[in-house]
Amino acid sequence: MMQNNPQPQERKKLVEVKHLKQYFNAGRRNEVKAIDDISFEIYEGETFGLVGESGSGKSTTGRSIIRLYTPTSGEIEFNGTDISKIKHKDMLQFRREMQMIFQDPYASLNPRMKVKDIIAEGLDIHHLVKNEAERDARVNELLDLVGLSHDHATRYPHEFSGGQRQRIGIARALAVEPRFIIADEPISALDVSIQAQVVNLLRDIQKEQNLTYLFIAHDLSMVKYISDRIAVMHNGRLMELSSADEVYNHPLHPYTKSLLSAVPLPDPFYERNRHRKGYDDRIETDGQLRSLKEIVPGHFVLATEEEVAGYQAAAEEYHLDD
Amino acid sequence: MEKILEVKDLQIDFDTFAGSVKAIRNVDFHLNKGETLAIVGESGSGKSVTVRSIMGLLANNAQVTSGSIDFKGRDILKLSNREIEKIRGNDISMIFQDPMTSLDPTMPIGKQVAEPLLIHGSMSKKKAMARAEEVLELVGITNAKNRMKDYPHQFSGGQRQRIVIAIAIVNYPEILIADEPTTALDVTIQAQIIDLMKELQNKIETSIIFITHDLGVVAGIADRVAVMYAGKIIEYGSVDEIFYNPQHPYTWGLLNSMPTLDTDSDRLYAIPGTPPNLLNPPKGDAFAPRNPYAMAIDYEAMPPFFKISDTHYAATWLLHPDAPKTEPPVAIKKRQAEFQRLVAEGKINQPEYEEEGGVKDDAE
Ligand SMILES: Nc1ncnc2c1ncn2[C@@H]1O[C@H](COP(=O)(O)OP(=O)(O)OP(=O)(O)O)[C@@H](O)[C@H]1O
Ligand SMILES: Nc1ncnc2c1ncn2[C@@H]1O[C@H](COP(=O)(O)OP(=O)(O)OP(=O)(O)O)[C@@H](O)[C@H]1O
Ligand SMILES: [Mg+2]
Ligand SMILES: [Mg+2]
Repeated sequence: MMQNNPQPQERKKLVEVKHLKQYFNAGRRNEVKAIDDISFEIYEGETFGLVGESGSGKSTTGRSIIRLYTPTSGEIEFNGTDISKIKHKDMLQFRREMQMIFQDPYASLNPRMKVKDIIAEGLDIHHLVKNEAERDARVNELLDLVGLSHDHATRYPHEFSGGQRQRIGIARALAVEPRFIIADEPISALDVSIQAQVVNLLRDIQKEQNLTYLFIAHDLSMVKYISDRIAVMHNGRLMELSSADEVYNHPLHPYTKSLLSAVPLPDPFYERNRHRKGYDDRIETDGQLRSLKEIVPGHFVLATEEEVAGYQAAAEEYHLDD
Repeated sequence: MEKILEVKDLQIDFDTFAGSVKAIRNVDFHLNKGETLAIVGESGSGKSVTVRSIMGLLANNAQVTSGSIDFKGRDILKLSNREIEKIRGNDISMIFQDPMTSLDPTMPIGKQVAEPLLIHGSMSKKKAMARAEEVLELVGITNAKNRMKDYPHQFSGGQRQRIVIAIAIVNYPEILIADEPTTALDVTIQAQIIDLMKELQNKIETSIIFITHDLGVVAGIADRVAVMYAGKIIEYGSVDEIFYNPQHPYTWGLLNSMPTLDTDSDRLYAIPGTPPNLLNPPKGDAFAPRNPYAMAIDYEAMPPFFKISDTHYAATWLLHPDAPKTEPPVAIKKRQAEFQRLVAEGKINQPEYEEEGGVKDDAE
């Protein structure tokens, strides 16, 4: 999906994460280094996929970007402004431009509000509709967009299945016409057919409105399908970052390879005989200093100076095979 | 094979402001001892409601209008609350779709995992806590020893789900019902959890009902698969039969919607249209309006189950002897060819077909 886009360096950076660290319970027995020095940027109009195992820090990354946490250290810029320095008067605008679709469709919807009021909350806060009739019309439009029916508007969240609730969350995020959406596992609660609908939908709106996405997910085939670039996260650090095709077809870091070998396929015979690649995490814990190094143009791997040559050789081998 | 659970003619309605939602419409299925049955299907098709009824955990506005659920010679639907509580979390355990609402936010996780042992057993508190720690390690919570006193909000989405799994298996249940237990998990942990469930199955012959949207996971874990649409089971069979020789057009659509790592087209295939409104279910095949293969009869009459093999049945008029011959979508034909090849090479078993006639009689 990169092909249609101009080269990254010519493109506008919408989000820039610089040496972000996010520790919980710092200095205590139960300290967690949820994010441990990560840097990356997201270009306007692209879909940036973030994958990695449970607990690797994906949601924390998203939540830091949308200012739910104050970073332990490091900086996050949105549209050229350090988000920790956004002035009070600009806060409302920031809140509108950046929206998050949450991982847990159960916990993120207020059980005492009707669906139409959940979806319209942002419309009210940002004064985007003039009267009740306009409000209802917009809610119906959003319900259509996410594949729910108009008579769902007056119901409460508990009357919906998991997938239906997730679509309410998506409609809510889209209501205020944001510029940037952090989608934290937005489709994992949906059945495949609706996943396809929602993914097509997210792409259509992206094209129409030049939206930018941070797409967090563990479903690797879907992430590959939707993302322009992908970062692979493990233990709070980025292991590898490149275009979606590169990460899938020419993975370099052993963690990425192990992750790819575990992708379940809808083929029982293959599944019974599958061979998963193990992963030896000493490559992260041997105490050596590693940072993201550009192995081939646009393809970064967490490595020491000494390891770079080995990764370059591996990359070359891939290209010989092609 | 010994049947450990048998659901017959289950019908469940919900009273809502707008009227009565016919959520489950005459569902029949059984679970064999030691097997894994996967239930897949459209969002809102009734998967969660079906398994919740087995646990006696239906919402207040639910009404069971017919049916029975036989477990060890007793009809669960007829038990008192006290009797069901004895079964729940002990003989039958459930992992819920929503991890946050099944954890108590005010209780440390170690205590929550130990709780079923203290309620149902006569284990000392100290022993129960030790066992809880062991099970937490088993489901892959690193540094479990030091995190026993942490609260749910201090864990990631996937970790919470693993804590929920720990609670469900701490008592070694006979039946484990898992409602999308791995949707919040990445593939590596998902693989671990699945291995863990298989291990549990080998160790104590647990029978598992597994609900998931991830057909890759189903292919890896299930012995048999039931496909639901609009409150009904519309096809069931062995995992090989459903993946390599699907018969119902909805099952075709489902299998076609999955991207693979080589999908490169600009749009994903999505089944057109929306599921029917269950306030007023259609009288024929509920999938008809979205089905490019629909015939006039699909709008008139509900199709019965047609038999494909001893283990494989599908409710679609396409299987009626008088139906015109149809070509399934290309990707499905590829699967069927793969099926022929695997059978010919002896890699999977040819399903057996006994007895006369096509239509499955209603008694089964
Ligand atoms: N308490 C309730 N009141 C009214 N309708 C309900 C209630 N609970 C469930 N329903 C309806 O029953 C139908 C089946 O819901 P169920 O939760 O079983 O779906 P599901 O197959 O598990 O879907 P998903 O894959 O999205 O979790 C849905 O149409 C839902 O809206
Ligand atoms: N409020 C908190 N207090 C303490 N630890 C936390 C808190 N929130 C997250 N963590 C820890 O930070 C780490 C990263 O969590 P995060 O939610 O970012 O993971 P994730 O990659 O989103 O995982 P998943 O795929 O399971 O959602 C985990 O080890 C988690 O236990
Ligand atoms: Mg998360
Ligand atoms: Mg459900």
